[in-house]
This record gives sequence, C-alpha cells and structure tokens, in this order.
Amino acid sequence: MQEMIINRLRELLADGEYAGVIGWAQGETPFDRTPNLFNAEGLDQLRYDSFCGSNLSKYLVQQASKTEKKIIALLKPCDCYSFNQLCTEHRIDRNKVYVIGVGCKGKIDVEKIRKAGIKGITGITEDGDLLKIETMYGEKEISRKDVLLEKCLACKGKEHKCADEVLGESEETCSGDKYAAVRRLEAMTAEERFEFWRGELSKCIRCNACRNVCPACSCIKCVFDNPNSGVQNKAAADDFEESLFHIIRAYHVAGRCTDCGECSRVCPQGIPLHLLNRRIIQDVNELYGDYQAGESIGQRHPLTDFTLEDEEPSVIDTRGGGK
Amino acid sequence: MMKQLPLDRLPELFRKISEKKTVIAPIQSAGQVNFGVWTEDSILRLDALKTVKSAKGAFFPQVEDIVRFRMEGKKIDIHPADVLTEEFVIFGVRGCDARSFELLDRVFLSDPVDPFYAARRQHGTVVTLACNEPEETCFCTNFGIDAADPAGDVTCWIAGDVIYFRANTEKGIAFTADLESAENESPVEELKKNITEILKKLPFGALNLTGFDGDHLMERFNDPRWSELARGCLGCGTCTFVCPTCQCYDVRDFDTGSDIQRYRCWDSCMFSDFTLMAHGTNRPTQTERFRQRFMHKLVYFPSNNEGLYSCVGCGRCLEKCPQSIHIINVIKALGVNKDA
Amino acid sequence: MSMNQEWTPKIVAFCCNWCSYAGADLAGSGRMNYPANVKIIRIPCSCRLNPMFVLRAFQRGADGVILCGCHPGDCHYSTGNYYARRRMTVLFSLLDYMGIERGRTRVEWVSAAEGAKFAATMNDFVKTITELGENKKLGDLRCKK
Repeated sequence: MQEMIINRLRELLADGEYAGVIGWAQGETPFDRTPNLFNAEGLDQLRYDSFCGSNLSKYLVQQASKTEKKIIALLKPCDCYSFNQLCTEHRIDRNKVYVIGVGCKGKIDVEKIRKAGIKGITGITEDGDLLKIETMYGEKEISRKDVLLEKCLACKGKEHKCADEVLGESEETCSGDKYAAVRRLEAMTAEERFEFWRGELSKCIRCNACRNVCPACSCIKCVFDNPNSGVQNKAAADDFEESLFHIIRAYHVAGRCTDCGECSRVCPQGIPLHLLNRRIIQDVNELYGDYQAGESIGQRHPLTDFTLEDEEPSVIDTRGGGK
Repeated sequence: MMKQLPLDRLPELFRKISEKKTVIAPIQSAGQVNFGVWTEDSILRLDALKTVKSAKGAFFPQVEDIVRFRMEGKKIDIHPADVLTEEFVIFGVRGCDARSFELLDRVFLSDPVDPFYAARRQHGTVVTLACNEPEETCFCTNFGIDAADPAGDVTCWIAGDVIYFRANTEKGIAFTADLESAENESPVEELKKNITEILKKLPFGALNLTGFDGDHLMERFNDPRWSELARGCLGCGTCTFVCPTCQCYDVRDFDTGSDIQRYRCWDSCMFSDFTLMAHGTNRPTQTERFRQRFMHKLVYFPSNNEGLYSCVGCGRCLEKCPQSIHIINVIKALGVNKDA
Repeated sequence: MSMNQEWTPKIVAFCCNWCSYAGADLAGSGRMNYPANVKIIRIPCSCRLNPMFVLRAFQRGADGVILCGCHPGDCHYSTGNYYARRRMTVLFSLLDYMGIERGRTRVEWVSAAEGAKFAATMNDFVKTITELGENKKLGDLRCKK
C-alpha cells in the first residue's frame, strides 16, 4: 500500500499544484513514525504501515494556513472525523486541503508489545495476524490483534468521511462495546470511582501531551497557559489541580471530541483519558440523541444547541450508574 | 567484599531500613512503574528497566514548597520551607539515572548552592542496580556509563534469586553493614560479562557525537535542519519531564488573598511560556524551543562542563515521545560526520 | 478550615441577574430565613457560568455549588438558560463519574417573584450539604495545612 500511495503522490506533486503532503516519515527505530511535510524529493522517506497511528489532522491547522497552494493530507478513516470537526470550527479551510483517505486495518501499539514482556525490539514484521518480532534476546511472536492501539478497539468504521480519493482497503477493528469500560466505572460506588480517578490522575506529570495532540484542543492560547486565567500552571502542585486540568480539558472538548483516542495514546503515564470523554459522549447520546462529532462538516454540536423539552440537570440523580 | 541476600528476603530488608529511613524504590501504581515510597502494600518492580519518570525526583521533586507567607492584618509572617533532615534510601536506580545525579550536582551544588537539593543529596543513599536486560532504546554506552557496573553508594546485581551488594562509599558501607558476606562472587562476574555482551548489540550504542561541543556552537545553532526536525513536535513537555537530566524549574505563587504558598516546579523549554519576560519570549516558535533543548544537552552543557553531555542515554524520550522525535534524530541528523 | 473548629458548610450560589438575584432580594426584603452560609455571586445569565467557576469555588473551600437562573422560557436573553441546562447536566454528570458526591452541585430555577422558593431551596441545599459533610475531594489543601 505504501508504494501505491507514494506513486500516486508523485503524480499529484508533479505539476506543482500542491505545496506538499502531510504524512508520516521513517524515524530512527524500525517503528518510529514522525509526522512531517513532504515535497516530491522527500517522498522516499514517507512511510505508511501499521505504525502510523498518530492523527495528522491537527497539523493541517498550521500547515494549510501557511501556503497559498493546496496541501495534500493522508488521513485514516478515524482521522477524517477530526478533520471534519476542525473544518466545522473554521480552523482548517476545506478548500485548501486535498484529502487522500488511506486504508487502515488497525495500528500497532509498541507500548503494548513491551507491556507483554517483549524487550529489546529491533524489528517487527507482519505475517497476517501474526507479528514476528526480532529482539536483542531472540525472535518473538505475538498476535496482531492483541497489540492494537486502544483507539482501534473503538474503531468507528472503515469509511473515510471526507476523502477526495481513497487508496487501499480498510477493515473495522472495533472489539465489541466501546462503552464497556465506562459502564464498569459507573457500576462502582462514588467512593470507588473517586479512588480510581485519584490513582490514575495522580500519575499525571502535566506534560500537556494530551492537550497538544488533541485535534479538538485547537485554541490559540489555552486557558492553562494564560497567566491571567488564574489557573495557569506548569505542574499539578496539588491533587486538586490534577483533577481541575483533566475535568476542564475533557469538558472543553465536550460535544466536539470525536473519540479519536490520541489523548490516551500519547499519555506517557498511560492514563485512560479517553474514558472521561467517552462518558461525556455517552451522556450526550443518551440525553440529547445520538451524535458523532466530525461525521460531516457544518454540524451543530449538542452543547451549542438545545430543545425546549431537554431534561433538567437533576436527571442524573435518576439515571443509571452506581450510587 | 560483596554482601548477599536471597531475593525473597528483600522486603525484610526494606522493612528493617524503613524503621529508620524512608525507602524509595520502583513501585507500580495504576499500571505504571515510578519511584515512590515503599510500604508493605507496595508492588515492587525491580524488573522494570525504566520507570516512567526518572529517579531525579528523589532529589529534585516536580513540585516543592519554598516559602509560605501569611498575612493577618498588617502583619506578615514568613515561613521558609524546611530542608530535609531525615535519611532516605533510593533503591534500584539504574546506571543512567545514577549518572544524572552527578550532572544535577553540577547545577544545583555549584555556587549558589541549592539548599533543598543539597540536603537531599546529603541525606540520601543511592543504591544502584545493574541492568540485566538492556533495551533497544538504551544508549548509555555513548556517555561512558557501564550498565553492568553502575555507580552509586551501593551497587547491586540480581543473579538468579540472589541479590549481591557492593558498597562503594561510606554511606554504602553503613547500608550493607548488617548483610551477610557473599560466599561466591562468580555469579556477579558472569552476569557482568553477559550484560557487557548485550550492550555491544545496542542499536544506538555507538553514536558519533563529533561536532557536538562548544567549538562548533554556531555551526550547530545555525543549522538549517532544525526546522525540519522540529516540524512534527507537539510542544508538549513529555521528553523534559521524563528526562533524568532536565533541570529547569519555574517559581510560582499560589495566592489565596491572605496566604501565599511559593513553590517551584519543573518547567519545560518546550512550552511557549518558558522564560517568558516582560518583552515577550525570545523563542517564538517551536523550532527555537526544540533547538534550545538539544543545544543545551549536546552543546552548551558540555562546553561549560569539560565536555560532559547532559544526556545519560536512558532512552525514555525515545519510548515516550508521542510523535517519535528525539535526541537520536538530532544526533544523527546534525552530527559533523553527516556533513563529511 | 482547621479541623478543630466546628465545621459549617460553605455554599456558593451563582444567581442570574434578572430572576434569581432578584428572587434572593425578595427573600431578604420579605424577611424569609435562609442560612448565612450561602454566598451569592451574581452573574449576568445562568449560561455565563463557566465550568471553571464551579471548580474554583470548590478549590477555594466551597462545600456545595448551586446555580439559580430564570425558569426555562423566561430567560432575559431568550435562550441562555436552555444552554446552561445542557451544560450543567453534562458537567455535573462528569463530576459524578469522577466520584464527587452527587449532591454537591445543583441547578434550580428561581424567578424574581419566588423569594420563598429561593429561601426554601437554600435551606434544603444547606441541609443536603450538611449531611454530606466537608468537601474533601475537590478542595485545594495548599495554605490550609
């Protein structure tokens, strides 16, 4: 598939209509994939394979506004939702981007391979559902579906919602009920839930990776970086600040979060941040009707909308969940 | 002379030490391993090669109070924070993190001496642990660190189900005093030999660092490839906060109107408000911030410290960068050998 | 906030300028009783309530936060309270999900004519919060130790 994409890009870039292409570059390890902007000469550094998990849509906010010419973007099916949402919010000019939807069969999480006890990885080759892993300690094998990124387990389907053209085949990798983890938490008592989140959030190092990678967090200046906001800080100096940052961050993207899962992917401490947003999505769906952010361009999201018959806030006392 | 202890009796040792001293060790909490205070219920993870955060937090915590101001009417009370007076042991530090303490010493113990850091260094005993299974992200070998025989007050090896101790300093001798002597040191020698063999296989084990020094400062600084390298950078602080040698901090106030808690916390040169001044910032884009981080580690620090790099090759940034941009990319892209 | 002093709940009530603030006024001029623990903060409309305000109130020692606004349909700006209704539902539900006691946050619609409702609401809310006890989960402990 990579070869097919590169060949097509060579064609597109040949006549100078486009400023370049946003894609993934080969990094230093066999599985490092770094987002970058390519021109025709640099295309041999472009990679598209099972390690291209990162979502490139947010890079377009910067890149697409820089040039007069159009820019080409490689987007996986799930990235398209973020792209549409950014277009809806006028952060990306749709007319300046040529979207190539690239096929996706789920992306691999190297962290999960390491967690499975495989050390010193020097190469990974795919053989159907089997991953053959070369390590400094001999060859290992692991099933591909066991090490898919967490976000791939909540796959939204194989359709590209915004592509100008599609290259390659996709496969849905969703594994059952994506709200299962949310429901498990809801079934706990308030005390247990508090302990769970305290344990998770106390690991937070306030690196801001979740915020900076989030395509919904596209504010030019974040409230947490603004010295006049009264909440600017560079470290969670107190338990409260850890909670504050994550509650407000989750809430600020409420209704706009497409559940792309980047926040959890990038968290160096493995905090399941997507579980906060997924709960908001579940609430919104149940109370205000099914809604998928980024399904198309120009949608009005549930928190900038209302009906006269909306439930009162006291409804949450009577809805499911542990008491 | 070495001492030894069966591995399953380690909790017993910790229990005994913790009667008098705090024990800090790699502990698993909510699925991640970090250095934390050991208690009976802790999940000790000496098998985890890399804690998420480095061990530097034991001496230079992410957040620490400096002074507290309290106002009552027109009276202002000033309470400087206490410096540490209790002894502690940090157990299971790897060779790379142990070296980072030496680098931090050069910053915090040179004039003016940082009293908080100095007190922790004075009261802390560093017990290091040899790395039985180095990972592909390790590149400590480039900086003269021996993962098979790390520094510290005490060096430990886990060979089979026995843990061996070698005291290196006065503090170390005190730490190992009550342990029984090792009958046979050959398992350690065997282990060291093994590790040395593995270290030879590290993919980034022999980097060419020629040209990263004070003499080539302007060449490195003005290299046009910085913007290319930094293009994918998110500007988060992951690399900085997991790094054992990053030592920048910010001083901030928590102001309630009647009380002020002044504290310092780690800062990151990757952040847009790093060293923000009245006139604004002198690093307006991510390219300059990115350059600052690596110039500091690979050029400025060595040129001020007899060629000592401010990187220990722990490889945490390789594992944790969300977009896989790290010091190896910089060394390989900008090294002098590439120009030749 | 020290533990040995007798604890009394601190309540922050965000009141919309057009209805609930006037309702509180009416409660006062009508000499109706409601506890002095309630601190009123006037906001231009219930939908002005930034979620940060709620959390900041808790940070600085509030034990309960209540939002009062015009009845749905009566908003001075036509639709503000409809937005507030959705936003607060989602926010309070998220706080509940994170293990914060459900009773600590509330929304009540109080018109300018409902002085008695205002007093009754506050009495009831203070009672709920007194039963729940001190807010320990969302407070900032700095400068209190």
